[in-house]
Amino acid sequence: MATQVAVQGRAEQRGRAGASLWRDAWGRLRKNRLAILGLVLVFLLLFAGIFGPIIAPWPYQVQDLKAVFAGGGGPLPPGSPDHLLGTDQLGRDLLSRLLDGARISVSVAFVVQLVILLIGVPIGALAGWFGGRLDNLLMRFTDVIYAFPDLLFIILLSVAFRETFFGKALDGLLLVFVAIGITSWVTVARLVRGQMLSLKETEFVEAARAIGVTDRKIVTKHLLPNGIGPVIVAVTLGIPGAILAEATLAYIGVGVQPPRASWGSLIAEGQKYIRSEPHLVVFPAIAIALALIGFTFLGDGLRDALDPKLKGKQ
Amino acid sequence: MLSYLSRRILWIIPVLFTVSIITFALMHAVPGGPWDSEKRLPASVQARLNAEYGLDKPVHEQYISWLGGFVQGDLGPSYRFRDRRVNDIVADGLPTTIQLGVMAFILAVLVGIPLGIFAALGHNRWPDYVSTSLSIVGIATPSFVLAILLIVIFSVQLGWFPTGGWKTPDAWVLPTVALAGFPIAVIARYTRASMLEVTRKDYIRTAHSKGLRNQSVVSRHMIRNALIPVVTILGPTLAFLVTGSFIIERIFSIPGVGRFYLDSITTRDYSLLMAMTMLYAFSVAFLNVVVDVLYAYIDPRIRYS
Repeated sequence: MATQVAVQGRAEQRGRAGASLWRDAWGRLRKNRLAILGLVLVFLLLFAGIFGPIIAPWPYQVQDLKAVFAGGGGPLPPGSPDHLLGTDQLGRDLLSRLLDGARISVSVAFVVQLVILLIGVPIGALAGWFGGRLDNLLMRFTDVIYAFPDLLFIILLSVAFRETFFGKALDGLLLVFVAIGITSWVTVARLVRGQMLSLKETEFVEAARAIGVTDRKIVTKHLLPNGIGPVIVAVTLGIPGAILAEATLAYIGVGVQPPRASWGSLIAEGQKYIRSEPHLVVFPAIAIALALIGFTFLGDGLRDALDPKLKGKQ
Repeated sequence: MLSYLSRRILWIIPVLFTVSIITFALMHAVPGGPWDSEKRLPASVQARLNAEYGLDKPVHEQYISWLGGFVQGDLGPSYRFRDRRVNDIVADGLPTTIQLGVMAFILAVLVGIPLGIFAALGHNRWPDYVSTSLSIVGIATPSFVLAILLIVIFSVQLGWFPTGGWKTPDAWVLPTVALAGFPIAVIARYTRASMLEVTRKDYIRTAHSKGLRNQSVVSRHMIRNALIPVVTILGPTLAFLVTGSFIIERIFSIPGVGRFYLDSITTRDYSLLMAMTMLYAFSVAFLNVVVDVLYAYIDPRIRYS
């Protein structure tokens, strides 16, 4: 009798878990001040990235030569009339260029993770579900990718395809997306595989199988939704890395092509004037920092919210 | 353990083999060649150079001849620096790169771990806030930004250190700090989380309840257990430091091997690029094995078979 009650209780709990997992998580996330700060920063970045061209006082590539000549020929300092954050040496408005950089960072943040999900989730799911030789192959392949110094591989790809049609698409951004995505999907694939392996043995999957649900349905309806939490966390925490990689590429001059203004290339350009005009480096650096902090805090918060047991790990 | 170890080390070979094939194929798929400099060489000269370096053969034959040299320890001639062998270039720069990476690693461990412990022991009080803020700054500042800021503040404004070079020990300071900034933050965060995790463990409560002084609970029970998971990130950290130093080497004009990586790609210096890639891939694969072994050594609960 007692066991029956216990079993019933557990079943009820599980029945509710599907709907309340996300509500619980949101409740926990809301109480986490750092996570909310991260969320706010991410929304600000998103806003700047999406509406940047509308709110920007100038088009990012236009040179206000008149103002530069009037100011004596060098970059204009912050607080100049018409240029809130000043201009670079060519008279291009720094605020507008930062906003274009935000657009690049936002697209890197999300498109790269999309590439990673599109490659990593199916491969990880297949390997975890079927196991055996496919699984072995994936794990061996992951070893190879892990041994590849990723930033260097991204640079190799970027330089290699820079002059091709593919490399020039979207001002070079497409190449950046693919290069970063290719080197990063294995982490997600491994994670999904692990989730699959552990969920495959659970009772609800056994039950689903017993009543004749097809493999495909079990994977898409039961395993993926249940295993998605850690994947979301990994993806969010992978975003700072992608933004950093893009900025680094642009800094060394192989990422996005001019006149587009990645924060990395803004820093590289501003570096030449750092003694007299430090704002040309400082503002893009602050922008990068806020973006990295935003996604890191949000990712940490999501991890704690989605799986309280994992708190502090990883 | 021994069989596990030898299996892991042997496994590096196929990994390196695959990495070399991918890089070689990619490199040769790229348009352009090592002879496209500003001054275009006449076609006849190019053809002669190609024949001399074996670049007129099919790619798979070139790969086999490269591989043959590689396994005998010959990295081939440099296409860019025509009077030099890649072996000499690597031998010249590698000690500097390793020195920079190891110094940054030591700095990261010596600062990061105490910072994390300090934060955890003062959880939710000022030590935690100070340490956490520092690690946030570290995570949010890319190494090239940190390098620029350090140069401006400590070389240009204060004049304490040179802006670049590697000849005297005072030139080592800024590059090491710039390179270590990010790993310090990562290690500190990780140590803090691990310490907080350990604090809740039963054996800590036992240690307290049997009357041990707080200091010995912390030093003999908490820190020793908390550092076990920290070791797992040290391998990737060291690999990151060795491979990630190229940007720092560029900024501070340090004569290491890192600066050749980008140059070898842009100038299509095939053999130098292959050498650099293999070097990095080997470091990463090897350091991962070292960490796994170290992990089993410091945590007796882990046994490999």
